[in-house]
Amino acid sequence: MTELFNLIIKSAFMDNMIFAYFLGMCSFLAVSKKVTTANGLGLAVIFVLTCTAPLNWLIQKKILDEGALSWISSDFTEIDLTFLQLLMFIAVIASFVQLIEMIIEKFSPALYGSLGIFLPLIAVNCSILGGSLFMVQRDFNIQEATAFGFGSGLGFWLAILALAAIREKLKYSHVPDGLKGLGITMLLTGLMGLAFKTFIGMTL
Amino acid sequence: MSTELKEKEVIKVKPAEAFLSKRRRKILVDPLDDNNPISIQVLGICSALAVTIKLEPTIVMSISVVFVMIFSSLITSLIRNYIPARVRIIVQLAIIATLVTLVSEFLKAFNYEMFKVLGAFVGLIITNCIILGRLEAYAMGNKPYDSVLDALGSSVGYAWIILVVAFFRELLGSGSVLGFKVFEMIGWNSFPTNGLFVDSIGAFIILGLLIWAQRTRNGYIEN
Repeated sequence: MTELFNLIIKSAFMDNMIFAYFLGMCSFLAVSKKVTTANGLGLAVIFVLTCTAPLNWLIQKKILDEGALSWISSDFTEIDLTFLQLLMFIAVIASFVQLIEMIIEKFSPALYGSLGIFLPLIAVNCSILGGSLFMVQRDFNIQEATAFGFGSGLGFWLAILALAAIREKLKYSHVPDGLKGLGITMLLTGLMGLAFKTFIGMTL
Repeated sequence: MSTELKEKEVIKVKPAEAFLSKRRRKILVDPLDDNNPISIQVLGICSALAVTIKLEPTIVMSISVVFVMIFSSLITSLIRNYIPARVRIIVQLAIIATLVTLVSEFLKAFNYEMFKVLGAFVGLIITNCIILGRLEAYAMGNKPYDSVLDALGSSVGYAWIILVVAFFRELLGSGSVLGFKVFEMIGWNSFPTNGLFVDSIGAFIILGLLIWAQRTRNGYIEN
């Protein structure tokens, strides 16, 4: 149990999706203008990551890996479907995003309106596909995969919330014309990344 | 009688648009600078930063993106009238994923070292928002040839930015260009390489400064 908890902390802070791997940068930059919107997107990402990581784990271990199909019949032990990995993962993610889109549209039309184009773009939020690919690369079991998905989502939520808060304050400061918007945000992200680097020495 | 017919024919046949007409040149050149996908439209930042530690993997990445982008635009544009609107995202993702799988298998077969360096990031071309963004915004509503031009422009606009970032990161972070130790070659052995540029932070800062320079030159102001 403590190990799972450690994994959550580790993937949220030390291996933060944004500051350590640059995953999910597009929506991180584009949807961080207001705290409320950022919060909504962050929560959606936590949900999608926590659900897709174990789902994709099952797909990888029960269908795609070499010999994984042997649970159906012993004739299938030779089959290696790893080349379908990307296609299967993205299909699972895209359908999940469609689901969450319908849920948000039903229960919070205001949030739905403010997320706009970026809701369907969660499907192409790299942190989600990246979470699934990393989970395969690191050979997690299913509990670890779920914890990893949740932790990574948590890290994304924290980062986007913090950046949105800073950007709301930034409205009142004088930024050089060319640096306005994306430029200053990139520099800010760099500085925030520097702060997150302080977690590096920690061992769990 | 015969002259009437002739006149009608003349009216019917419009002059075909030139291979590289002014409009088409604009489609091609616009994303390189004035409407750059990374620095102006804020798309595709993730992979722009993740692979740019060294110049060589960045070149491989650029070529892969150009390939995937052009062919996905072409295919989407060819079948655009048959894609139902409700499932278009999944269809587009399936097209992109198939092409990316091709690239990744190709790399695995012919350049396994590079495949290991790029790792998960080849797969992450699927989620490069530039590709889906251009398919959704352009290829879904335009003819194949125009879509290919648009794809070429956008992907080259993406490529030059990541190549510049990678050049500076490798130069300042590892003191080399494409693996050649340039500072040692000109006799400056004690060049202080800066670990921050190998790290993610350097990438953010270089891209931030690059965007600043480019936007100042173009006079583009975001409010």
